[in-house]
Parts: sequence; C-alpha cells; structure tokens
Amino acid sequence: MTVSEPPETSSPSAERAPLLPALQVDFDDQPETPPEPKIEVEGVHFYYGKTHALKGIDLTIYANRVTAFIGPSGCGKSTLLRTFNRMYQLYPKQRAEGRIILDGTVDLLDPGLDLNLLRKRVGMVFQAPTPFPMSIYENIAFGVRLYERLRPAEMNERVEWALGKAALWNEVKDKLKQSGRGLSGGQQQRLCIARAIAVKPEVLLLDEPTSALDPISTAAIEELIQELVEDYTVAIVTHNLQQAARVADYIALFYLGELVEFNDSKTMITRPGKKQTEDYITGRFG
Amino acid sequence: MSAPPSIAPAASAGRAAGGASPFPQGHVAARARGQRLADRLFQGGTLFFAFLVFSLLAAILLSLYLGSRPALDRFGFLGFVRSREWNPVTQQFGGLVQIYGTLVTSAIAMLFGIPISFGIALFVTELCPRWLKRPLSTAIELLAAIPSIIYGMWGLFVLAPLLADHVQPWVTDHLGGWPLVGGLFQGPPLGIGMFTAGLILAIMVIPFISAVMRDVFEAVPAILKESTYAVGATTWEVVSHIVLPYARVGVAGGIMLGLGRALGETMAVTFVIGNAHELNTSLFLPGNTISSNLANEFAEAVGGLYTSSLIALGLILFIITFIVLAFSKLLLLRLQRMEGRPS
Amino acid sequence: MPPPAAGHSAAYTEVYSSALYRRRRWTNRVALTLSVATMAIGLVFLAWILTTLAVRGLVALRPVVFLQSTPPPGSAGGLINAIAGSLLMTAVGILVGAPVGILAGTWLAEFGKGNWFAETARFVNDILLSAPSIIIGLFVYAVMVARMGHFSGWAGAMALAIIAIPIVVRTTEDMLRLVPVSLREAAAALGASRWKVVVLIAFRSARSGILTGVLLAVARVSGETAPLLFTALNNQFWSANMNAPIANLPVVIFQFAMSPYADWVKLAWAGSLLITLSVLVLNVVARIVFRQQKAG
Repeated sequence: MTVSEPPETSSPSAERAPLLPALQVDFDDQPETPPEPKIEVEGVHFYYGKTHALKGIDLTIYANRVTAFIGPSGCGKSTLLRTFNRMYQLYPKQRAEGRIILDGTVDLLDPGLDLNLLRKRVGMVFQAPTPFPMSIYENIAFGVRLYERLRPAEMNERVEWALGKAALWNEVKDKLKQSGRGLSGGQQQRLCIARAIAVKPEVLLLDEPTSALDPISTAAIEELIQELVEDYTVAIVTHNLQQAARVADYIALFYLGELVEFNDSKTMITRPGKKQTEDYITGRFG
Repeated sequence: MSAPPSIAPAASAGRAAGGASPFPQGHVAARARGQRLADRLFQGGTLFFAFLVFSLLAAILLSLYLGSRPALDRFGFLGFVRSREWNPVTQQFGGLVQIYGTLVTSAIAMLFGIPISFGIALFVTELCPRWLKRPLSTAIELLAAIPSIIYGMWGLFVLAPLLADHVQPWVTDHLGGWPLVGGLFQGPPLGIGMFTAGLILAIMVIPFISAVMRDVFEAVPAILKESTYAVGATTWEVVSHIVLPYARVGVAGGIMLGLGRALGETMAVTFVIGNAHELNTSLFLPGNTISSNLANEFAEAVGGLYTSSLIALGLILFIITFIVLAFSKLLLLRLQRMEGRPS
Repeated sequence: MPPPAAGHSAAYTEVYSSALYRRRRWTNRVALTLSVATMAIGLVFLAWILTTLAVRGLVALRPVVFLQSTPPPGSAGGLINAIAGSLLMTAVGILVGAPVGILAGTWLAEFGKGNWFAETARFVNDILLSAPSIIIGLFVYAVMVARMGHFSGWAGAMALAIIAIPIVVRTTEDMLRLVPVSLREAAAALGASRWKVVVLIAFRSARSGILTGVLLAVARVSGETAPLLFTALNNQFWSANMNAPIANLPVVIFQFAMSPYADWVKLAWAGSLLITLSVLVLNVVARIVFRQQKAG
C-alpha cells in the first residue's frame, strides 16, 4: 500500500492540510475476494459503573481481514475490543448492552452464553507480554488442554505448529522446557500469540500488542499479523497511526466513546470523510 | 435453566474461515457445564474454610463462657473479680490477684517498652546509614522470633539472679524509703517477681511496637520533613513536631498491639513471676498473672469449681486482649485508609 | 560546637551562641544519643539471650540427647521422645492448619472484595493472630480433651493447627493479591474457568510466597508451649501414640527448668537450644524462599 499520489481533488478534504509526508504506506495489495462479515456490532453501549464509555457503536469486522481501532487515549477502543470476548465480566461494575453477532448466528453478549467456549473461538493477546510461570511448552499446552485431550505426540505437534505460526519455533525449539519468562520482550509476546493460536480460534483480538516492544520486535509482529490474517480474523487496537496504516485493511476511529468513522484503510488515510478523522490523521489532535 | 445458546460453530461453517473446532458439540457443552460446576464448588469450598476461620473466634468465646458458668454463677462476676481468695481446699476462688498481676506486668512492659521501641524506630528511620537499615531491622525482628519459653529460661537463669544480686538491693535501699512509691520497691531481693516479669515482657514487645512505629515513620512524606529541616529545625524537632503528630494514629495502633501481646504472654512470665496467690504491692515480690496461673495450675486442677474458675480467668483475659487488639486493628485500619492503601 | 568561621556577620554569631539555640542543640543531642542507646539496648538483649542459649545449650548438647528419652528426676538422659513428639505434633498441626489457611486465604483474595463478611473475617483473623496461645489451649481442652476424657497428641496438634491458621491465611491472601491482573486476564482470555485461573495460574505464580507463609507458621508453632500444657501434656517415656499424652520439647523444658535437679536443668538448656536453632533456621529459609518469590 503506497501513497503514490496526492489526495484527489474531488474530496472535500483536498483543500485542507496535506497529509503527513512521513506516511509511506503501500495500499496496493488488496485481496481479491470480497470480504464477508465475521462480527457485526449493533448498537453497543458500555458502562463502567455510571460512566457511559461506549455510545451506540455500529461496526462490522470482516473475516480474514485486519481491522484496526484507533483513537486518542480513553476513546473506548480497548473497551470495545474487550467486549468481543466478554473480558469485562471479570469486573463487577462493568456492563455492556446491545448485540454483537458472530457469524450471523450467535450474540456474544447473550448472558446465557458459555464464556469459556466463546474465548476458544475468540482469542486475545494483551499489551504487556504475560507468559505463564511455566515452561514454554507448558505455556502453549495450557490452553490446548482446556479443550482437547491430546496424546503427547499430538501435543508436541500442536506446540510446534503454534510456535511455528508465531515465527518463534526456530528460536525456542531447543529450550522448550525453559521458563517462558526467560525470553526477550518480543519473544514473549510472540509466545503469547502462539498460545492464543494454539487453541485454534477464529478471531484474534490484539490489544496494543507492540506498544511495550522495541521497533525490531514490533516489525516482526506486524509481519506476523500479515501472515496470520490468511487464517484468522484480526482486530487490533493501536495508538500508533502508522502501524494501523501498515497492517490494517479496515480502520475504525473512535473518540470519546463514539465511532467517528469506519472505512477501508486506504480511504480512511487518503480521503477521510469526516473532518475529525482528517484532524486525527494529520496529528491535529490525539 | 435452558441450555445456553450454542457457541460451537454452525454446521454450515462455509462463511467462517480458519480453525473451527473439530470436536462434537455435545461433548463440548457437557464439558462447559462441568467447568461451571467446578467453579461453583471452588467458590463454595474456599468460602467454607473462610467461614471456619471466622467462626473460630465465636467458638472460642462460647466455649470459654460455657466453661466458666459454674464459677461465675457461684461467685458472681463482680464478686469473682474483686476477691483475692484462691483456695482449692476451701473452694474459694477469685481473680483479683491474677488480674492485678496481668495489668501491672503489662504496665511495666509498656513503661519500658514504649520509649525503647520509639528510640529504635527513630534510629532506624532517621539516624541509621542506609546500608544498616535492613540488618538492624532484621535483628530486632529476630527478637520476635525467639520463642517465649526461651525468654522464660533466660529470665529465670540469667536476668533474675542479676537483678537479685545487683539491682534490687540498690533500688530497695535507695527508693524503698520514699513516700508513696517506696512501697513498690520493698522486699527481699528474690530476683523473680512482677518487676522481672514486666521487664522481660518489655523486651518481648519491643519488636512489635518498633516495627509498627518504623513503618509509620517511614510513611511520613519526605517533603514534610525536608521543608522542616529547611527552616533550620534539628532532627529531634522534626521528629517531635512533624513525624510524631503525623504518625500518631499508627503509633497508637502499634502500642495497642504491643499491649495486647504483653497481656497474653504466658511462658516467659510463668518462669519468673513466682506463682503467688497474695496481692503484693511491691513489684519485687512474687505475684501471678492470669496466663501464668493457668499454665501452672490448670493441668492438675481437680474439681468442677476449680477448673471453672480457671476458665473464667481465661475468659476475662480473652475479653481484655480482644478489646485491646480490636482497638489496635481499628486504629491501624484507619491509618491505612488515610494513606489510601487497600486494607 | 565549632566557632563560626571568620568573616561571618555578627548576627550569625549572635544566634549561634544564644541560649535558645544552645538549648535546642543540646536537646537534639540528648534525644539522638538516647535513640542510639535504645538501639544498643535492643541489640544487647538479643545478643545476650542468644549467647546465653549458645553457651549453656551447647554444653548440654551431647549425642545422648538424641539417643535417650527423658530421664527420671536426678539422672541423666536425653530428649529423643520429646523431639519425636514435637515433630509429630507439628507435622500433624501443619498438615491440618496449612490447607485450611490456604483455602481460606484463597477465598479472601479471590472472592472477598468489598463485602462485609470478608472484612470481618480479615479482622477476626488478625485478632486470632495475636491472641494469647494459652486461650487456644483452653479452647481445645474444652472441645477435645474434656470430651475424649484424656489428654492426647491429637489435641496438641489441633491447638498448634489453630495457631498456624491465621498466619497462613494472611500470607496466602497477601501473596495471591500480588499476582498481576494481566496474568489472570491472559488465562481467562484463553478460556480457563475461574477455578483454573486460580489453581493452575495464580497459585503457581504465588507458590514461593505461600510456602513462605507455611514456613513461618511452622517456625511459630515449633516454639509454642502454652497450648500444649493441657492438651498434649507430657510423657516421660518414648511413645508415638498420638491418642495419649505425648512428650514434647517445650513442656519438657518447662518441667525440667523449674525443677531443682541439675541434670534436668541441663537438658532444658539443650532443648531450648534445639528449639531456637530450628526456629532461626526456618526463618532464614523462609526469607530465602520469599526472595525467590520476589525475583520470580
């Protein structure tokens, strides 16, 4: 995806400030098949106690695409992400209203839904790498054991497969028995990704996955995301606009709990429809 | 309760790309139900044990009360507390000597313990070079780790003879003649007695009081102290005018904690108090505390009234320590809330 | 007090030598000297007690102490029955007390937030922590010994368990609270149910800290005498029968020390040294384990 030409004159924003010259992003490789909706968000409101944190969000997450949630701190992007796997239910004063439909059949906000099974289909990787206090092998096996009874040979295969998918296998294949906490930050985060993949989810939620990492590890993970999207649906929260431009197919901009604009990333960055979006992209606020 | 909506992927999974779960729905749903049951068992099970701990206190109180009913019915509560009698032969029992001894020994412990603890806390927080803080704090904490029977041994075989040979004669000679307080220092230099017991108790409570004091002194914001130093105050003035007032709630809590421990201390006191059943005003004479009385006599107590009187003493001790410890805890909780720490 | 340097103004000199300032400095000196003195006092007593113990205890610590049982008055002997009895009762006491404490502490850490029952339970636990141990002995006497009709090692072990429980509850709760939220969320996000998050992840993370609590409880319990005085009582002979009075170090020390027999007093010192050594070693080990927890 390269920004090869300046914004077209037909857009109302063309007369306004030019784009950040540093935004060197290649927009050209659009996948051929038209996208299908994977998750449909309908009228979602979220409350932290009395605070109204998300105000009527309507959004579609497309299958096998990367959707990025961007926006300034406190805008609600992480809050929305965490409704997809009902993470907020660990805390008493938080609640969500509305519907979030997965595959057109299941409402993820249905109170009768089994959360553990939900979380098998929708996996999450967090901002700070959180390896469990166990060996690398056990870190991966832990999740798998929650759902499947595999024989040792099968488990070995699965661990190798997951670590391979996360581009970590070659680095750790000789030290599977060592503690996960002995790895570097970037490796730990890839371990967490491998852990999430190992249970074979359909959707991967990434909550600012590289904000605690150095630039080289960040690049490695962004590359990984591009590979993973062939098999998984990815939703990523990032406060880094360049990252969103680099990895995302679709971008949703949030501000103060509202969805400002949602479009494919090329359109969002080069021809944003709303003034707020353009202001955010050009760095005027946030 | 109806079965939860199926989260397993629909049969026509053509639309969903990537990793659909391979195993059949029935098995998965059953497993999920099992997990929910396990969760509820876990919560219920751990709650049971929390409740057990909670009810221990009530159970102790109840069993002490029931055990002391015979004695209290016989002598009446006030009558029991005011009587100096302790005669298994005539079956006359009263708790005054023991209660008096408990209060007096604890008072002596506080008298010596509080200033020393304060001095230690002051030293560790204000005067001590940084690298010495941990070792010195650990050393003082070691005093708390030493079992009470060791204090008893040391008190009986080392401290008591020392007091008998060198301290008590001097004090009796010089202070024994004074009006009012003279009466506290009469008597032959036995070495054992209420004073010795109080002294040992003081040493035993020092680590508790000084640890709490040290914690609250350290919690005083540095900026308060620095701005006071900046106007030219001496260290002592900073401590007495700024640190102490700021930390007074914690200091009070720590003192109450020490008092609670001193009141209930048994073995160290039993070794050196002399197990006497007369009310002596002199501190140098033997006496009795509730706990030492129990330690000395309970195992051989024969007869319902004897045993019951001892249990009544135990009830009184428990109530006194409970009040003191509860008060201490309330003060320390208030302190934590003031500092904004989760309590 | 150094004289003001040459060139200082007269006003400075005036303050420096004024009566008020001199008195303030004097008060400060006195206070700080007293503070140093109290520190010295504390250390002196510590050293004094430990040295006495070492000197008198080592003299009495012959191999025979570990080979023979407690002797009748006036003769020499050993402490092996008392050591064995103490070990037995401590083991049973911890085997009962530690799990109860860990489970109760787990409930408080995981489910006990903001509700009145949890607050009260914590309050009660802390009071039990400092409650007189002789009262615990009375309680167990009333509940077990009186019912059973005789003293027993089981009753002694129960008393020790009750003393151990508040310590384990407190440390377990504190250590579990320290497990980072992110770790728990990561496990929950994988689909682990609540009990698995706690048992498989949180316990594992807090493992060393919880162990520290148990070790500290063992240290505390090893030195307790009062609760054993009328539960386990004592036994002159070798016995491993928990259903009857059983010998134990603290009560033996108590009995022997207060007696007029020199041999017995010697053995009391040997026993005191043994108890103190094990308590100190346990404390040191607990600290080492705890440091592992903090590092991990």
